[in-house]
Amino acid sequence: MTVATLSRRNFLIGTAAAGGLSLGFYVPFPVEAQEKPTVLPEVNAWVVIHPDDTVVIRIARSEMGQGTLTGLSQLVAEELECDWLKVTTEYPTPGESLRRNRVWGSFSTGGSRGIRESHEYVRQGGAAARQMLVAAAATFWKVPAAECSTANGIITHNPSGRTVTYGAVASLAAQMPVPTQLTLKDPKDWKIAGKPLPRLDTRDKLTGKQVYGVDLSLPGMLNASIKACPVFGGKIRSFDAAAISTMPGVRKVVQVDQTSVAVVADTWWQAHSALSALPIVWDEGPNTGVNSDSIAAMLEEGLDAEEAVLGTSIGDAGSVLSGNAKIVSATYSFPYQAHATMEPMNATALYTPDKCEVWVPTQNGEASLAAAAQAAGLPIEDCEVHKLHLGGGFGRRGNYQEYVRQAVRLAKEFPGLPVKLIWSREEDMLHGAYHPVTQCRLKAALDSTGNVTALHMRISGQSILWPLRAEVRETGRDPAVFQGLNDGGAEGAFGYTIPNLLIDHAMRNPPVPPGFWRGVNLNQNALYLECFIDELAHEARIDPLDFRRKLLVNHPKHLAVLEAVAERVGWERPADTGIHRGLAQIMGFGSYVAAAAEVSVTDSQVKIHRIVAATNPGHVVNPAQAERQVEGSFVYGLSACLFGECTITGGRVEQENFDTYEVMRMDQMPAVETILMPSGDFWGGVGEPTIAVAGPAVLNAVFAATGKRIRKLPLKNNSLGA
Amino acid sequence: MARLNINGEIRDIDVDPETPLLWVLREQAGLTGTKFGCGIAQCGACTVHLDGVATRSCALPISAVGPTQQIVTIEGLSEDGSHPVQQAWLELDVPQCGYCQAGMIMAAASLLSTTPKPTDEDINAEITNICRCGTYNRVRAAIKLAAENVSEAQKG
Repeated sequence: MTVATLSRRNFLIGTAAAGGLSLGFYVPFPVEAQEKPTVLPEVNAWVVIHPDDTVVIRIARSEMGQGTLTGLSQLVAEELECDWLKVTTEYPTPGESLRRNRVWGSFSTGGSRGIRESHEYVRQGGAAARQMLVAAAATFWKVPAAECSTANGIITHNPSGRTVTYGAVASLAAQMPVPTQLTLKDPKDWKIAGKPLPRLDTRDKLTGKQVYGVDLSLPGMLNASIKACPVFGGKIRSFDAAAISTMPGVRKVVQVDQTSVAVVADTWWQAHSALSALPIVWDEGPNTGVNSDSIAAMLEEGLDAEEAVLGTSIGDAGSVLSGNAKIVSATYSFPYQAHATMEPMNATALYTPDKCEVWVPTQNGEASLAAAAQAAGLPIEDCEVHKLHLGGGFGRRGNYQEYVRQAVRLAKEFPGLPVKLIWSREEDMLHGAYHPVTQCRLKAALDSTGNVTALHMRISGQSILWPLRAEVRETGRDPAVFQGLNDGGAEGAFGYTIPNLLIDHAMRNPPVPPGFWRGVNLNQNALYLECFIDELAHEARIDPLDFRRKLLVNHPKHLAVLEAVAERVGWERPADTGIHRGLAQIMGFGSYVAAAAEVSVTDSQVKIHRIVAATNPGHVVNPAQAERQVEGSFVYGLSACLFGECTITGGRVEQENFDTYEVMRMDQMPAVETILMPSGDFWGGVGEPTIAVAGPAVLNAVFAATGKRIRKLPLKNNSLGA
Repeated sequence: MARLNINGEIRDIDVDPETPLLWVLREQAGLTGTKFGCGIAQCGACTVHLDGVATRSCALPISAVGPTQQIVTIEGLSEDGSHPVQQAWLELDVPQCGYCQAGMIMAAASLLSTTPKPTDEDINAEITNICRCGTYNRVRAAIKLAAENVSEAQKG
């Protein structure tokens, strides 16, 4: 049971937009209900109820496949007690949110935060709306609100048995005093939230009706394709616009900034064909000598560097590791990865000297709005962003809004005409915000009974936050680097109790732009840790499950998910002939996760037969969607583990499309069994955490099958032969 | 001028004959359900039916498509989402972001038209579309469900 104190201001702002009706202004609702509403029947910022009882729930976080529109709507609907079958959703615009004092909170959709960081205020939004609807009915009936109950979008006056639907009282409800004290339901009593309901956005995705950013069509719209210097840090020296200006449909060749040029044409294919034919001379800049080997050497130097930023430090690992104990050491490395969202980057902009509008699939509508205003050179109040469904996000469409800036820049060339910019797949792969590269040297001391007496993890490599935050550049300290390895906290508490523990980071930033990639730094940190723990168990001649059990003794939540997968996979029983198993656990994005993998290796070919994954996210708002997120996380995590890498040569990414950037397909997909085991005492995320256990569980199983440790990712570059 | 039969409708389209079918569908015919994913026939997001056969449209110039060949896009697979594959997809709530799903559905419908009872190996061989959200297991289950439903209906 949660009793929340509401920000009255927020909800007042919410209700004020319902047509400027003053509180207490009284209209008998049956009459009102028959009239065509002249104002939006908004009960509050979260809930609009039409006279036909259709409930529109407003969600600020973006839908990119993870099901957040459905999940957050379930939370609102649960407290609202409306008819779920009458629920639809809409995105408020970032501009509207700013005008209303950010009543919808954060628009940022990443870090598996959609549910875990907004569950409370969206539930409050639903609960407040319900109370106002009840107050409206009670006012009309002239009865105490306490004599009324709600269910399924109907208000009942219990003593008299009179009923009225939400739709009939919605306009009146908007005029009711905004509740300041709300009691949220105990999740035990949930009827809509917590249930495996189908998604609200499926039907249009089956018929081609769903409009993604690339599908947008506006009157008079022009289309653009863009090319930036493929070498990072390079610029345009010159291009010969005249050579293509007579090609069909071409309107203009535009230098967008120092590094990129675009062609605007009537259709995208015309724009892209002309751009492909455009003679461009690049000034490739200072990075042409950068390649994967030079980057690896830069990171290797960091493994031994004297100077490093401290992450977690307990006891004195240094002196134990330089003593007489048995030392085990290994070095792992994780390459650049591209997001490769199925829908390439795109944005559509419409500019006039006093206004700029952008339509964009974005993980952060407010970041898009800021980018639009900056590129337009207009006050933010004169700009607006319309969010569209994302054809995949995975972190690529959050912080980095360069496609918005580019689209606005192009639209400024055509005031009054919308310009839709779509990147080619090649542009998408060559100009990503890549999963950063790191290496990790792990060194542990084992005593004679197999206890880990000390562990040092030295991470060397790239910081995602370095380009984004001044304080990271000043201090050299990027807290996100230690995700999953922290001494407590929601972003990844280290589960193993080791008396002498040192985790530090030597920041090395190659000239390849890093970004948040689904799972972020938890991915490789879990891989380093969990593969190495497996190495230690092997060295100590202790079963990997028993070895972890002992180390996790002080962290029962970490242990519980591990025990759950071990039991389901049948760890204590022998596997089928030719099948080998591996385990991994980690905590991150607020949740505890573990995986068990079953693999076989035949003629050096790895086949992943089965994954069992357990998650304790505290609460599960929609088990069916959580299960889909877990399954999907293995596609993302295993694509990276098995094949994923962007290699660098001459200062540019070598992989330009799916022919060379291999990702997992149907034939490689294992069966995934998902265990959801919410403990009910916290709120964690589900979109990302299990990615981190995908790789190590599989690699530990590969070791069990072959005796080979895969320490340099991806797996495809390693020989598994004798 | 190219003459194309798209979803049963004959259209005369004035466009460079080297334009890929995908972009003619999206930009001239206004049928945006068929998606651009890679441009090199690798990912399958652009899959349509050409005379009933799943075909990747992003690397197929319309000069290679004859005026009598029947092009069917996701919009033309059924009028109202009632194709057994779409129904199975709905029942199992398959899509996540959904961007690849039109291509998946078209590829699945084509597979079932030639192989009414596909095995896992048939599905692996024919459904090579890329999904980055990770719907593969549900795609597989939905293909099998669609096959079952059709077979039940035929027994009817």
